[in-house]
Amino acid sequence: MTLPALTFGTSVKAHAADLKRRNKSAIMLWMGGGPSTIDIWDLKPGAATSGSFAPISTSGDLQICEHLPMMAQQMHHMAVIRSMSTREADHQRGRYYMHTGYVPDRNIQHPSYGSVVAHELTGTQTELEIPPFVTVGGGSVGPGFLGMAWAPFTVSSDGKVRNLDHKIDSDRLLQRMAALNLIESNFNRQNRGSAGKEHEKILQKTLTLMTSEQLNAFQVRQEPQAIQDTYGTNGFGRGCLLARRLVEAGVPFVEVDLGGWDNHANIFPTLETKLPMMDQAMSALVVDLEQRGLLQDTAIIWMGEFSRTPRINGNTGRDHWARSWSVVVGGGGMKGGVAIGETNHDGTRVETEPYTSQDVMASICQALGISLQTVFTSNNGRPMKIANGGKVIKELFS
Amino acid sequence: MNASPFYKMTQRAVVERAPLAFFVIGSWLWLFSIHSPVQAAQRPDDHPIPQVAAINQKIWQSWQDHKLTPSAVAKESEWCRRVYLDLIGRIPTIDELKIFEKDRQKDRKLNLVNTLLYNDGYTEEYARNWTTIWTNVLIGRNGGNENRSLTSRQGMQKYLRDSFARNKSYDQMVLELISAEGVNTPGMKNFNGAVNFLANKLTENATLATAQTTEIFLGMQVQCTQCHNHPFNEWKQAKFWEMNAFFRQTVALRRFKRDSRDIQFVELANQDFAGESGQAQEAELYYELRNGLLKVAYPVFVDGTAIGSSGYLRDINRRLELAQLVVSSPYMPQAIANRMWAHFLGYGFTKPVNDMGPHNTASHPELLVYLGQEFRSNSFDLKQLIQWIVLSKPYSLSSQMNRNNFQDDPELGEQPKFSHFYLRQMRAEELYESLLVATRAHKIQRSYQEQEETKNRWLRQFTIAFGTDEGDETTTFNGTIPQALMLFNGDLIERATSADEGGFLNSVATSKLTDAQKIQYLYRAGLARRPSGREIGAANQLLAARLGNTTAALQDVWWAILNSNEFILNH
Repeated sequence: MTLPALTFGTSVKAHAADLKRRNKSAIMLWMGGGPSTIDIWDLKPGAATSGSFAPISTSGDLQICEHLPMMAQQMHHMAVIRSMSTREADHQRGRYYMHTGYVPDRNIQHPSYGSVVAHELTGTQTELEIPPFVTVGGGSVGPGFLGMAWAPFTVSSDGKVRNLDHKIDSDRLLQRMAALNLIESNFNRQNRGSAGKEHEKILQKTLTLMTSEQLNAFQVRQEPQAIQDTYGTNGFGRGCLLARRLVEAGVPFVEVDLGGWDNHANIFPTLETKLPMMDQAMSALVVDLEQRGLLQDTAIIWMGEFSRTPRINGNTGRDHWARSWSVVVGGGGMKGGVAIGETNHDGTRVETEPYTSQDVMASICQALGISLQTVFTSNNGRPMKIANGGKVIKELFS
Repeated sequence: MNASPFYKMTQRAVVERAPLAFFVIGSWLWLFSIHSPVQAAQRPDDHPIPQVAAINQKIWQSWQDHKLTPSAVAKESEWCRRVYLDLIGRIPTIDELKIFEKDRQKDRKLNLVNTLLYNDGYTEEYARNWTTIWTNVLIGRNGGNENRSLTSRQGMQKYLRDSFARNKSYDQMVLELISAEGVNTPGMKNFNGAVNFLANKLTENATLATAQTTEIFLGMQVQCTQCHNHPFNEWKQAKFWEMNAFFRQTVALRRFKRDSRDIQFVELANQDFAGESGQAQEAELYYELRNGLLKVAYPVFVDGTAIGSSGYLRDINRRLELAQLVVSSPYMPQAIANRMWAHFLGYGFTKPVNDMGPHNTASHPELLVYLGQEFRSNSFDLKQLIQWIVLSKPYSLSSQMNRNNFQDDPELGEQPKFSHFYLRQMRAEELYESLLVATRAHKIQRSYQEQEETKNRWLRQFTIAFGTDEGDETTTFNGTIPQALMLFNGDLIERATSADEGGFLNSVATSKLTDAQKIQYLYRAGLARRPSGREIGAANQLLAARLGNTTAALQDVWWAILNSNEFILNH
């Protein structure tokens, strides 16, 4: 009598796949350290601040760096927001601000992008057994007042989840869980605060994860070699490929980290080796998502905590700079092929309406169909508008 | 039953304390009977150690001000577990728990604290714990683990371990860490482990050295003012660069291994600083204002003390001057008092502890100033400071809240009032050491260095670097799924729950104890309490499920205990 069971399983899977297609996701490519956007997306040939690189034409109505030839072919899918102007030029503060839309506050921990999106979109994805917010190769920013259940689940770029194998049979594991739950609930009845209860929730999620078939989504090495090669056989390439697999499996938010952009010295040789690697992985992701019909429902965000000074310093590097810089977005129904806003001739000032972290976040929420009227209540009872009340960047949706 | 001796013991303790309590109640009744006889019951406990009494008084005052009723005093076994965790970085063994419970003397709490602080048998564990904590503060969880790092983690730890084992005074440590010269790697000529604090922080004109020295030892955050005047911080950009000027004579010289890019060792040295325009008599630096103008800076301490502008070492050793200014400033003892308070109570007087100043009012400003002063006048003795805090009333309270203090929850953005103990998760290192001791794995003799390396390898699975030049990082040992997976299935837990002959569970299983006593033994070892009736029932069910195989059932029970919130949360 295996046949009915098999049929049942298949129909559930088909149903889940159907759901996934209707669901929105986002992939954030997090460029830790603060990449120099004046050398990547908004070049200033001829200006005193210009670096060593020349701009090239793209498939969209804008030019980008010559070291991104593959992305140049995909720019009709992407928009470069060139009038980003923020105030946080310290790594920790910038990371927090760009991830949450809020400046750090001693009294409140705000939830990061992934936690917000996972929290808002998971309601429609009840069959998801793996965590709804996955970070690949990085730490991201935590779930803040939304609670540990919405914390980023961190994996390395090869998708390896440590310590999954429980080594004892499932019956025994469940018997152990029964004994554990008794201690757990006893402690939680003693009015000692929320930490114990958060722990209990995480235990349940862990148990679900350990026994889930959806874990297969993490097996990035199971992709055909040809596809792995398209993305590039390096950490970031595999991370982007893993992101696609996770999105396909219904994970609403994946963050892929690429660090090493904190180029205070010798910036140009560093970028010359870094950009081709990023170019390959990022363009492969866009192409792959499009070919699978996922790009329309998957928003992509490329950004770091800030950018780098137009002025080149004494060590042929660039220092931290937040006043005028670029963020790249695409997919999720957002308009591609355009540069939004502009900086002045040497990149030191934004000439058009300045955009902020909040505005980018609001636009991503819009693209994902998350209502901007959403208001969270922080743990101290304060109302918290989603995306800190940022305004949608109109040019992305015109 | 087993509960009764414990009950009797607490009864007796109350009786023994009665005369003292009577006296104190009497005097406070007199003070408060007019206003509120109920509040009089919340008198601050007097204490023979004046600093403890002062802490109790000042904290009690803030309970009064905020109309909070403090929680009851924690069970003695809970308090004992807490003290072991916070002082030496692991939970107590059953034997240690028994010794404490058998001590019926009035000052048994003082006895325990003094044993852990001053008994030779605990020196190594005390030093190990504070070395771990301070290594993470000074060079981060990942410092020295990177390829071609300028930091020797081993060197840093050797310095700290020696310092804590000898109970070096804190001012001496600060002086040494800020002004250190020498080689970073143990075993090399001119080895001075203290150099590892700064060795990797001198790139980019020592901005990281400036930020972290100020943050760690003065409790002030200056890094945001590096790029612009921060609107919420009174610090001005000029202050950052004036502090930065103290580090400009310092260089980290690398010595490579033969025919390799691998670093053999790093030497931290001072040399003449010629200034940015080549005039060593007036060795200046320039920084850029937000409007693009350049400004000049010379070494000036945060309080405005200037030390002259010569960059010649024969005139001024700028880093040594800075070290002396830090040590004699009032900020230094307050910063350490705040940090130590946060270590033991879960929250400091400011949040975060390293961001003090007028823009961030302390929850108990008077107490903070007082502790700073007392710490200075008691020779910057860290063990004294620890003793005062650990013996204080707020540290003794239960983490169980009541109707009149549940609102005292710093998680809600309120300033802490310390009217109950705040739950917090064990650090990864504490879990590791606790499991070693609870399963007696520490009895397996290996060299100290081998043990530390094994632990370090294990710890690295939780550390994630953020990919910036500042080496900032985070940990996944933070109560999320990766941590839960490690505790469910990881090799550390597998070893701790192994039934191997000669191992912990095997020795419990084959002991003369009854099955019920064995279960109780495990609960005491892991949670410092006896199991409830239902927990014993659950254990019996496991015994049945394992078909009477006691060792296997004990494995299950021990696994459940180690995975529980009650185990991982310091409560």
